[in-house]
Amino acid sequence: MPDSTTAAPPSVRDNREKMLERAMSRHQYSGDALIEVLHAAQELYGYLSPPLLRMIARKLKLPPSRVLGVATFYHFFSLKPKGEHFFQVCTGTACYVAGAPALIEVLERRCCKSGATSPDGKVTVQAVRCIGSCGLAPAVIYDGRILARVTPDQLNQELDRIGVP
Amino acid sequence: MTIEELCERQQKELERQASLRRRIACCTAAGCMSCGADSVRRAVKAEIEARGLANEVEVCGTGCMGLCSRGVLVRTSDDGSLWGQVTAADAAALVSEQPAASAELAARRIDTNAAFFTRQLRIVLANSGVADPERLDDYIATGGYQALAKALSEMTPEEVIAEVRRSGLRGRGGAGYPTALKWELVAKQKSTPKYVICNADEGDPGAFMDRSVLEGDPHRVLEGMAIAGYAVGAQQGFIYVRGEYTLAIQRLQTAIRQAEREQLLGNRIFGDNFQFRIDLRIGAGAFVCGEETALIASIEGKRGQPRQRPPYPPESGLWGQPTLINNVETFANIAPIIRNGGDWFARIGTPTSTGTKVFALAGKIANTGLIEVPMGISLREIVFDIGGGVPGGRFKAAQTGGPSGGCIPAEYLDTPVDYESLAAIGSIMGSGGLIIMDDQSSMVDVARFFMEFCMEESCGKCIPCRAGTVQMHDILSRLLRGEATRLDLEMLERLATLLKETSLCGLGITAPNPVISTLKYFRHEYEALLAGAAQEKCHERQDADH
Repeated sequence: MPDSTTAAPPSVRDNREKMLERAMSRHQYSGDALIEVLHAAQELYGYLSPPLLRMIARKLKLPPSRVLGVATFYHFFSLKPKGEHFFQVCTGTACYVAGAPALIEVLERRCCKSGATSPDGKVTVQAVRCIGSCGLAPAVIYDGRILARVTPDQLNQELDRIGVP
Repeated sequence: MTIEELCERQQKELERQASLRRRIACCTAAGCMSCGADSVRRAVKAEIEARGLANEVEVCGTGCMGLCSRGVLVRTSDDGSLWGQVTAADAAALVSEQPAASAELAARRIDTNAAFFTRQLRIVLANSGVADPERLDDYIATGGYQALAKALSEMTPEEVIAEVRRSGLRGRGGAGYPTALKWELVAKQKSTPKYVICNADEGDPGAFMDRSVLEGDPHRVLEGMAIAGYAVGAQQGFIYVRGEYTLAIQRLQTAIRQAEREQLLGNRIFGDNFQFRIDLRIGAGAFVCGEETALIASIEGKRGQPRQRPPYPPESGLWGQPTLINNVETFANIAPIIRNGGDWFARIGTPTSTGTKVFALAGKIANTGLIEVPMGISLREIVFDIGGGVPGGRFKAAQTGGPSGGCIPAEYLDTPVDYESLAAIGSIMGSGGLIIMDDQSSMVDVARFFMEFCMEESCGKCIPCRAGTVQMHDILSRLLRGEATRLDLEMLERLATLLKETSLCGLGITAPNPVISTLKYFRHEYEALLAGAAQEKCHERQDADH
């Protein structure tokens, strides 16, 4: 597909397209499966680029507006590429009471606003809804791993380690 | 599988388990997993193999054992001991003849005679912490799928609904609508196909009951849904589960595959003419999708926006067809009700709120974790006996029902936990999140926190919710900065009423609840934050000095 998205090597890219195609055919290219298809696309490509959304709209025979509408409605879908490292700070009630705001403050001061990626593409920060690990409050999901009872010091150390100024 | 084969398999598995010297159950729910449960399990397994004890000792993963603050939790079956903060280094001691002989491990033995365990009553969580959620035989050994067998072979759909009615079971999603009434409504509809949906879009911050049930005992939910399908005449079920719950999704996928392979789901279940299929739908992160019509829109692949009701889903739901929607915990109660009879269930709890309720205890409390208690128990018993009290502080309020609920102050600690009593004091049962606040928490800040949540999660379809939550959040923020006046406070109250009366769906209708209840019980905290309040106090002090 000419409007494919990222700079991955062609062989990998072809494979991803094939896998997305398979995900769509599994649902018989039904528009009802849009959310499942978007899940699959994001898993394969990391984020949903405009050309990718246009391609999905065409294949599922949906107006592009509907696809964009759904992709922007749900928090899970990201329309921008993520940074090298991904910090998701849980802001559920238990984590909030236990000090999540101080963690977000550290990340926002040193990296970028919550919901954005730092200009150098190093870190993405996101405040997320309750992850249901309230016994571990305050919790942070760092590159997919849950860190329990996180302190601002710990975060600062980790940011130092990965070379955030 | 036939019913005879099911009983045979139960017998065989029970005998196999009895022949073991010890079963080492390692909690592999999300909480313990993030504390390293997987490495504990691997280490124990390696230890068993190294000692050549595979015929005597077995290690398995289980669902949530409850006391999440002490993870990783491990239970040894021969004497039922529970061990806390277990690491991979404890593997040798756990496998040895006498685990307690290791002084290091013995120090971390958890007293299972403590109130945290003895005051609980586990029906929904009966298998959590005992059975391996990834093994079908474990569930069968506990009597699993026998309720479905009984319903299909001995009962008509009407009798199933009658049994549920006798139990008095009410929806565990929060509103408490009688389950049997909903089932009847769907069963009455002539139009086919019909659908059964399990609402596992648990979104309240501080609530992880449904996640724990799905992770710890997925087959129980599948069985409940299949029984519901038989009762209302549906052949297709959907579980709408939050995308964030990766472990629950994996376990559900495994469970569905296992059940289909053994023909406990699919065509001709137990050789009967009944067929029922269950598919997963993964949510994509929208709190409003917990609302039933928004959830239906999301399953249809659309933006999760609610629509006007009526028609209610039992008449016109998924793709315009009759649809039954129940919460995870509601479905988890069905199999025990059919197995033991509705009367057994109705004897537990209070006359109007029967059975048990699972709560997720969190916040400023000694024992954070998952508990299941009979309805009618007092908040004081939950907080101080089971929860172990508030460490290093004084109890100030309990928050139930998340962003749709309210804060309950100390003077109402003796309120029994049931649907009516909680509503009477301005809170709700909710789905089961119970967050304890001590005297360091500012109630205005808590109200602002929930309002911010609702503001961000409002889907934007109706104006009262879309604009009202923004305005209320703005006033609360100004209050906290000391910039709000008495007029703002009046406006806040007017907006609260407006949202409650004019919003389209439950999100907007209940969004002001945290504000209303904190205003009711902690008004002085709002007053103290008004602009000029500090000056007024200063003047008073000067007057007093003179």
